[in-house]
Amino acid sequence: MKSVILRAGARLLVALLLVFSIFMLLRGHNEPGGGFIGGLIGAVGFVVYAIACGTSEAREALRVPPEKIAMIGLGISLISGMMALVLGGSPFTGQWLFIGATETEKGLPLSSVLVFDIGVYLVVMGAILALVFALEEEV
Amino acid sequence: MAPSQDNASPQGASQAFAGWISVALASALFALFWQALGPIGAGEVLRFERPWVPSLGISLSFLIDGLSLTFALLITGIGALVMLYSTKYLAGHPHFARFFLFLTLFMMSMLGVVTSDNLLTLFVFWELTSITSYLLIGFSHSGADSRRSALQALLVTGAGGLALLAGIILLGWAAGTYELSEIRAQGDAIREHALYLPILILFLLGAFTKSAQMPFHFWLPNAMAAPTPVSAYLHSATMVKAGIYLMARMHPTLAETDVWLWTLTIAGASTAVFASFMAVRQTDLKQILAYTTLMALGTLTLFLAADVGYAITAAMTFLIVHSLYKAALFLIAGIIDHSTGTREIDRLGGLARAMPITTAAAALAALSMAGFPPFLGFIGKELKYAGALAVQSEPYLVAAAVLLANALMLVAAGLVAFRPFWRGTHSTPKTPHEAPWRMLAGPVILALLGALFGLNSDLIAVPLVEPGVKAISAGELKPAELKLWAGVNIPLILSGVTIALGVVLLFLHNPMRKILAGIEARMPWFDRGWDNLLDSFKTVASWQTRILQSGEMRRYVYTVFATLLIAVGGTLIYKGAWAGLPAIPDLEVKHWVVTLLIVAGTALVTVTNSRITAIAGLGAVGIGVALIFIIYGAPDVAITQLLVETLVVVLFAVAALRLPTLKPGDGFPNRKLDAVFATAIGAVVAAILITVTTGPIDLRLTAFFEQASWLEAYGRNVVNVILVDFRALDTFGEIAVVAVAGIAAWSLLKGQTSDPEPDGEDAK
Repeated sequence: MKSVILRAGARLLVALLLVFSIFMLLRGHNEPGGGFIGGLIGAVGFVVYAIACGTSEAREALRVPPEKIAMIGLGISLISGMMALVLGGSPFTGQWLFIGATETEKGLPLSSVLVFDIGVYLVVMGAILALVFALEEEV
Repeated sequence: MAPSQDNASPQGASQAFAGWISVALASALFALFWQALGPIGAGEVLRFERPWVPSLGISLSFLIDGLSLTFALLITGIGALVMLYSTKYLAGHPHFARFFLFLTLFMMSMLGVVTSDNLLTLFVFWELTSITSYLLIGFSHSGADSRRSALQALLVTGAGGLALLAGIILLGWAAGTYELSEIRAQGDAIREHALYLPILILFLLGAFTKSAQMPFHFWLPNAMAAPTPVSAYLHSATMVKAGIYLMARMHPTLAETDVWLWTLTIAGASTAVFASFMAVRQTDLKQILAYTTLMALGTLTLFLAADVGYAITAAMTFLIVHSLYKAALFLIAGIIDHSTGTREIDRLGGLARAMPITTAAAALAALSMAGFPPFLGFIGKELKYAGALAVQSEPYLVAAAVLLANALMLVAAGLVAFRPFWRGTHSTPKTPHEAPWRMLAGPVILALLGALFGLNSDLIAVPLVEPGVKAISAGELKPAELKLWAGVNIPLILSGVTIALGVVLLFLHNPMRKILAGIEARMPWFDRGWDNLLDSFKTVASWQTRILQSGEMRRYVYTVFATLLIAVGGTLIYKGAWAGLPAIPDLEVKHWVVTLLIVAGTALVTVTNSRITAIAGLGAVGIGVALIFIIYGAPDVAITQLLVETLVVVLFAVAALRLPTLKPGDGFPNRKLDAVFATAIGAVVAAILITVTTGPIDLRLTAFFEQASWLEAYGRNVVNVILVDFRALDTFGEIAVVAVAGIAAWSLLKGQTSDPEPDGEDAK
């Protein structure tokens, strides 16, 4: 599929989908979204790119091999789960930090839960891309 | 002890370290158990306990009494000597360190077996000895023969282990505890329990397979495929005696019945007599020793059958005697093999000049084995006759069996320890030379101990044999005395007869061997029977694989869904769970649209001949399902569903490009049948969904998560909060599966590409 229109469109779409996937990831805690959905959207972005421009270009754009992304994501999730052990508590208990919190405002909430979700995002995206790229290269 | 110098390479140095550290561990453990000699000799029993799986009532409890101490000292003492021997015997072997790892693992497992006071803990160690024995028999894994022997030993002892586990569970159920020390106190109750017979049979299956009693004896001679130190250690001195240990340990609980008495008597006597005939028929040193080990195991079983002090004392004494001389002789067989290159007795002879120390050690061990005074073997033999004449079953038959076996033992001792050294000349592949000290230490020490204990039998009588007899009989039987000279009595006369008969048979050995070989050729061959048994398993397996694993996708789908239809549909009808169709509220336009979309998508899949169209149809069904999620307020699930659906269509489309196009009716010979089947499945699934949704729903979890999600986890999206916070461990498991699945698929696909060059990223 070497259509010029598709290629030009794909570049735009990939950028949009990636930004959107991160948006979905970050808002997941309060609105529909989350790491799983974000990862899927991110994967779709690169799949579109791979269909339009070929897997080798998609791999280049991704820079890191997808199977490595999946493993890194798994590691991040594990570490975030173990953070609770270091800070006291059972593993995989969410740890929260409210930066600049006052009596009425809760400030900027940062949590190990978000880190965990980022790990989920990377695993889903990496695993799917590993599979899709391999499958397309096979054909 | 300085590290060995003969391994010059750096790898050799680390290997030698592995050997020496094993020797040091075994010696340290021996010293540790040595400490217990005093208290045990004084009649104490040591017990240690710490909880392991408290919810199942399993604790790591260990008990040291006369019986376990005897075993523990044999295991660690002979272990240390065998390991020392192996540092030389296997020097330079590519898997030297691995060998010591296995050997040490075995030693620890075996110690666990003989010191556990909890039956379940004992079982775990019991199985570990089977596994380490498997690894050691198959140590030379490049030979098909050792692999077969290893597997055979594992399967026979493993099957017995399973029987033992069943027996342990039954016994634990009958006694209300798995602690041996508590079970021992309720022997009478167990013997009258309705489950006594099944328990006994299962325990004996475990013990007989492990200790190679007839008809499970065939694996032991095959186990000689292992390196000789292993044969000396596992398959004569320790592991094969685990079954004996079990019978001795269970003696207070399970013995004193007619079934026990006769089963053990018959199995023990037939094993002993059969094995001693087979022993003198062999020509390979290790095979002769293997069969004499069988004879010893049979004799021990025979004496554990009875419930009299003389018999149990005979068993305890013979246990020690046998371990000492047999380990020594096995190690000597290894020395002979090592320095001459053969173990065939017909090719060996006149080695005494080249190997004086080995010859002396062999002579001492063999004299003990043949039962000459003043060796411990003589005392053991006297006690055996006294014990045989005291048994409750058939004293004369038992005594005759023991006499015959002992006379043949003398022949075997002559074959192993005199013929290779004295008679004739040798024509061996290598020029014989004396072994180095590390290989001589074991046989010499063990042989000398046989003489020392014979001259001063109190050394083992007080701290080991007497407490051992007390442990086996729960303190009810009086141990017999260990004496070299007990006056002229029947045992002494029988000893004389044994020696006379043995010497005569030794002279008649060659014609006897021919006769025995002739008989053996006509006997049912257990080993071949075993192969036939395994082959029949394979036949059944391939038959059922042909039926169930046809390799045809359609059949698999049919099987899976037919099971679902029968199991679930059948249950629905059987339980009468179908509550009738609920009232359907008026449907809005959007409901109709979604329903029609799903139905149309499904219909398209069933009629189209194009794979791409079928995939698109399935995609439409998926989108319909996603719409349902949106209508009922589950946007997260809907988004996920949509995205997954999209990706699946893409993946399928990519894969489908490689498949041939379908022609009408291609591969689907029975479309009408398919239609009926599919409709039935759909109906059953629909019925289940309707039944489930019309029933009352428990909303407590929903309420909890709605509350806690904001207050405790600071998130308003309940689905995501559950995923990443409340059930984060589950999610972690799931993403691990996703990652592994993705990588597995990737590597499978990678493996198929014809491109031999790995891409740059992977090469790093």
